[in-house]
This record gives sequence, C-alpha cells and structure tokens, in this order.
Amino acid sequence: MGKLKTGLIFGAIAIIGAISIGVLALHQGESISAVWMVTAALCVYAIAYRFYAKYLAGKVLQLDAKRPTPAVRHNDGLDYVPTPKNVLFGHHFAAIAGAGPLVGPVLAAQMGYLPGMLWILVGVVIAGAVQDMLVLFMSTRRDGRSLGDMIRTEMGPIPGIIAQIGVLMIMVIILAVLALVVVKALAESPWGTFTVAATIPIAIFMGLYTRYIRPGRVGEISVIGVVLLIGSIILGGQVAYHPVWGPAFTLSGTTLAIAMMAYGFIASVMPVWLLLAPRDYLSTFLKIGAIAALAIGILIVRPELQMPAITPFIDGSGPVFSGALFPFLFITIACGAVSGFHALIASGTTPKLIENENQIPLIGYGAMLCESFVAVMALIAACVLDPAVYFVMNSPAAVIGTDVTSAAAAVAQWGFHITPAELETLARQVGEHSILSRAGGAPTLAVGMAHILSSVIGGEAMMSFWYHFAILFEALFILTTVDAGTRVCRFMIQDLLGVAMPKMRNTQSWTGNVIATALTVGLWGYFLYAGVVDPLGGINSLWPLFGIANQMLAAIALMLGTVVLFKMKRQRFAWVAMVPAFWLLVCTLTAGFQKLFHPDIRVGFLSHAARYKGSMEAGELMAPAKSAADMQHIIFNDYVNAALTAGFLFVVIVILFYSIGACRKALKNSQPTAVEIPPANEVAHA
Amino acid sequence: MPEADLLCLCRDTLSRWGKDARRTASLMIGQPDYDAYLAHSRATHPDQQPLDRTAFFRLHEARRFGAGGGFKCC
Repeated sequence: MGKLKTGLIFGAIAIIGAISIGVLALHQGESISAVWMVTAALCVYAIAYRFYAKYLAGKVLQLDAKRPTPAVRHNDGLDYVPTPKNVLFGHHFAAIAGAGPLVGPVLAAQMGYLPGMLWILVGVVIAGAVQDMLVLFMSTRRDGRSLGDMIRTEMGPIPGIIAQIGVLMIMVIILAVLALVVVKALAESPWGTFTVAATIPIAIFMGLYTRYIRPGRVGEISVIGVVLLIGSIILGGQVAYHPVWGPAFTLSGTTLAIAMMAYGFIASVMPVWLLLAPRDYLSTFLKIGAIAALAIGILIVRPELQMPAITPFIDGSGPVFSGALFPFLFITIACGAVSGFHALIASGTTPKLIENENQIPLIGYGAMLCESFVAVMALIAACVLDPAVYFVMNSPAAVIGTDVTSAAAAVAQWGFHITPAELETLARQVGEHSILSRAGGAPTLAVGMAHILSSVIGGEAMMSFWYHFAILFEALFILTTVDAGTRVCRFMIQDLLGVAMPKMRNTQSWTGNVIATALTVGLWGYFLYAGVVDPLGGINSLWPLFGIANQMLAAIALMLGTVVLFKMKRQRFAWVAMVPAFWLLVCTLTAGFQKLFHPDIRVGFLSHAARYKGSMEAGELMAPAKSAADMQHIIFNDYVNAALTAGFLFVVIVILFYSIGACRKALKNSQPTAVEIPPANEVAHA
Repeated sequence: MPEADLLCLCRDTLSRWGKDARRTASLMIGQPDYDAYLAHSRATHPDQQPLDRTAFFRLHEARRFGAGGGFKCC
C-alpha cells in the first residue's frame, strides 16, 4: 500500500516536472512564466532526493544508524556536539550558500535560460549533491577530518600536499574574482559605496557592544545592526546626490581595488571580534533573509522570463564570457550545480555536529539541492530582465561603447531592442548614474531582484532601495568571505612555509601573521588589479579561471570518493562518483586547454599574449595599452594566467594519476582498506 | 481533544520551533548551543567548573576565524 502511494505521488511529480521542462524547452516567442522553471526544479529535486539520495544512502554507502558519529563519540559540548538535524541543516546551508550560485547563473544567462537551467538541475543531481554527500559521509566516518587530510591518508602524502597547494591556488583565484565582483558593483556608484562603507563603523560598533557592553548577546545586536544597515541604505540615497559627499563616494575601479586590498589586510590582521565576527553576523542573516525574500517574491509575483530559451551566443561569441557552450557553460555556472568548495565545508564543522549517519542524505544532498534552488532563482532574476538590459549591463565598454546611444545600437545588432531613453530611465529608477557595462553579475541580479521585490513592496518608487539592498547584501557577504578567506589562506601559507621555516608556523606570532597576510593579499590583489584594468572587464577572463578551479576541486573530491568506494570494496557502486568526476574532468581539462591554446584571443591566454607581442614588435599599441610598458604588462598578465591554468591542470592530472593507482591497489587487495574509524566505541581518540 | 490540551500543544510546538530557530541562527554564525554544553558539562564532568557564557562565546568566536576554521563558500 505504502509503495503504491509513493509510486502514485512520485509518478505525478515526474509527470508535472517533465511537462514543465518540456514547456520551457519548446517555448518560442515572447515570454514565459517563471513558475514553469520553479516547478521543474522542485519536481526534479523531489525525485532526486526521494530516489537517488536514498539509493546512495542505502545501497552505495550503507549508512548505519547504529554507528556512532564523531559528535556522539567525542561529545564535548564544544567542538563535537550532536545537533538536531533541522538546526544542522540550517548551519550547513548557510555555510555553503555564497556568491557563486548567484553570480554564475546570471553570467550563464547570456546563452538563454534553457542551457543554464538544465545544467543546474542535472549537475546538482548527479554531481553537486553527490559530492557534498560523499564528502560528508567520508569525513563523518573519519572523525571529521578535512579533505586534505583524507586525500593524504587514502591516497598518500604526495597527492596530499599537491591537493593542499591546489586548494591554496584556488582560494587565491576565488578571493580575487569575488573582490572583482564587488569592485564592479561599486565602481562609480556613490550610493552603493556609501552603504558598503557604512558597514565598517556599524560592524565595529557591534563588535564593541558584544565585547564590552553586553558580551555574547548576538541576537539583539544583530537586530540593531540590520536596522542600522537599512538606515544606511536610505541615507545612501541622500549621500549620492549630495554636492560634496556624492563625488567623495564616487570611486573608480582602481581606487576601489586598492582600498579593498588595504581593507582586506587590516580586517584580517585585526582581532576578529572587532570587525570580522560582527560583519559575519550581519552578512549571514542578511544572506538568508535576502534569499528567502527572493523566493517569496518570485512566488508572489510569478514574473515572466523575457530572455529567449537559447540565444545565438551558445557558439562562444557572447559578450559576457567568451567560449562556447561546451565546456564554458559548465565552467561558468559553477556553484549552483557543483562546487568543489563544498567539499571543504562538508569536511569541516558539519561532520563534527551530525547526530546520526542517517541524516547524511538530508544534510549533504538536501542542503545542496537548496543551494541549487538559489541558483535557479538567480537565473530567473537575470532572465526576467529585458534581454537588451541584460546585455547592456553585462557587455564590456569595448563592445558596446560608453553611452546609452551606442549601447542601444550595439544590442540592436544582436536583435534586442531598447531605446537610449529607456536605458536612462532604468538607471534613474535604480538610483545609479549608468547601468552600462556593470559586469560581474551582482548589479544584474540586483536589478532583477529590485524588479521582483518592488512588485511586492513599494512599486517603482522603492526600486532604488531594493537595488541597493541587493547590492549591499551581495557585497557584504562577499567581503566577509574575502576577509575570512584571507585568514584561511594566511594559515595555509604559514603552514606551507612552516615546512621550510618552522618559525612561520606559529600563528600567534605577529611577524608570521603580517608576512603571510601580506602575501595572501598581494596574491589575490594582483589578480584583482589585473581584472579591474582589463579592457574586457576582467570577469571575462577571471570568472572562467575561477570556474575551472572550483570544478577541479570538485573533481578531486569525487576522485577521492571513487578511491574510498574502491577501498571499501564497493567498487560496483563507484560509478556514482566516477561518472560526475569523469564529466568534470572532461569539462575542466578541455576548458583549461582552451584557455591556454585557443586561437581566439578572447579565449586563449597565449594567443592573446602572442597578438600583443606581435603588435609590440611592429611598434603598434593595442587598446587598452597606452604605452609600451602597458603592453608589456598585459603580456605578463597573460603569462601569469596561463601559468595558473597550467598549474590547475597539473594538480588535477596528478590527482587523477594517483586515484587510478589507489583504485588498482584496492582491487588487488581482497580486504577493505579504507581508513575508517571502526564502528565500535572502543577506539576513541578524544 | 480538549481545547486546553490543544492550546498547550500549540504553545509547546511554537516554543520548540522558536528554540530551534534560535539555535540554528546562532550555529550559522559559529556559536553552538550554550545550554547543551552546560548540561553536557555538568553531566560528564561534575567536578570541573564549566566555561561561563561569555567565555564560551569568545572561544567559538576565535575558533571560527582561527586556523582551520572560517571556511565560507564562494
């Protein structure tokens, strides 16, 4: 009876989902309701969770509800705490949800809503959620060990250290590209810059409050903080039009980039309670609140998708990011479908808090489905905009010029029509001087969110408020990630340098702290600066690099999953990790190879460098270079990017090599060789 | 079911949800439940003085951004 009921319910869900996807795929003409996309996504998630996650839990991993988890075995009330599953779900989701799933889909919208939607749904089901769940499972069986630790113990010390260096390189690129998203959103925007700058004194006030006035009262100070933030958004509108303060907060991209480096350095060497921790509270709560608001907004407004299902830019000629659908769509969407970074989180605090192994599907697989839904919402927000507006906002000035007339003419050539006056009106509505070439995804998402949320509350009059609310929420949590990430990198660098100079390992030492932090900021700052001065807007070259790095990390995590399944003598089921790992390897290796050697100078770093070199030898200057030194600089940047890409390729190929070796060795052994903590209680490491 | 019982049930459910929501929110920012810690500490180490609320808070604040902690997603 129960089986029949389940069959009927999920049969119905499957039919509804299939119809929704069919409607979206076959749609042609004007516009289509976003409800179809929401329905398609929810149906896919329901089926995947009910059947695939259950299959993974039962057949593949054989989760054992009687096996004590680290939280139970080492329960100390501090680090290892058995936590109710709903509470842990919220924690885990808050830790994995970041800017990635918001930005990637917005950029991917240049190919139309369909390719992006399909990869977000397929990717999460077969790759992203599987990776998160597998890593959580492996770490839970190993006392909450980190990804790097597990690679070392399961594959050996050499892949361990290579993975560690790989993670560091990936971190640097992530920090640079995230910082670039903020710079792009705030450049020449006094309102946005003011509100984001206002978070610094607000956070310091909150820090002092929780330190000295009412220690530990996070709840009340967070409420005060959010009220002050909203006040700063309202005040920002006044500041932007003030004759003195307006220009004072109108900063160029390069100024903002330098300010961010200085700020990142200061924020991460200062005591965390003063700035970093309180900003973390604000950004976490604002993030959850904004995601919930967007979900409610979409359900109430049920907006129409204006973007075509598929645009001609699938051939790789698009202005937002360069490169054809395969492999670059899969690189661009990154976090919403599969994110290697989750492997670091699923092997961080979560495994130390999980109460019972049977909650691994909910936390590992389920939270990732929610993250994927965030990506779907971001895609919707980008696609409800007039495509002409979308392309004007996301195309570099080198393509559409710098005024509304040239921009309108440029997008008209692509078949999207808008008048210059309409572009000016929209800019005025959101309270900005211009919406041209605001690449990086954040401003587009903010306009989309403002469009949706102002239909619920406030109408057109509130559009500028909602726009800056969205910018603030993105900038705030990106900056928190950048500061916290800078600290993480700093500890990694200290750890790596400690191999040669044991003194560097002392994280309490000021010298070590300052040197390692300066190194970190210098590294991501370099890429940030190069991105800001890039004529194609920086996002164009940096985001694919980030995507490649992130997906490679996912491939590494899935390869580890494969090795562990082989070592558990469960190789019969190892395809669950091998299939997505294989696909990610195909995508990232192809993308990496194309970034290096593609003849199109918009895609390949080396051909780009060669073109500039050729011009230089002929004694010519190529925009944006204004001198021979600029030309040298651009060529140097290309080589750095190429070297980094080659580095990523090297890391992933080495790990692949070691994985195959480890699997073959495991096959020869008749006994399971995975290094798990035995199920019984007797082995306690506490 | 008598009305009083129903009311009681509703109140209990709401208060449990409220507690869970608070606990979730604080864990999101790296602060585990202090009451759970206190109960655990009293039960397993009755001879030791448990950390007070402020010390507990500061410990986790430092830990979230210390070596190995503070990972946030992109």
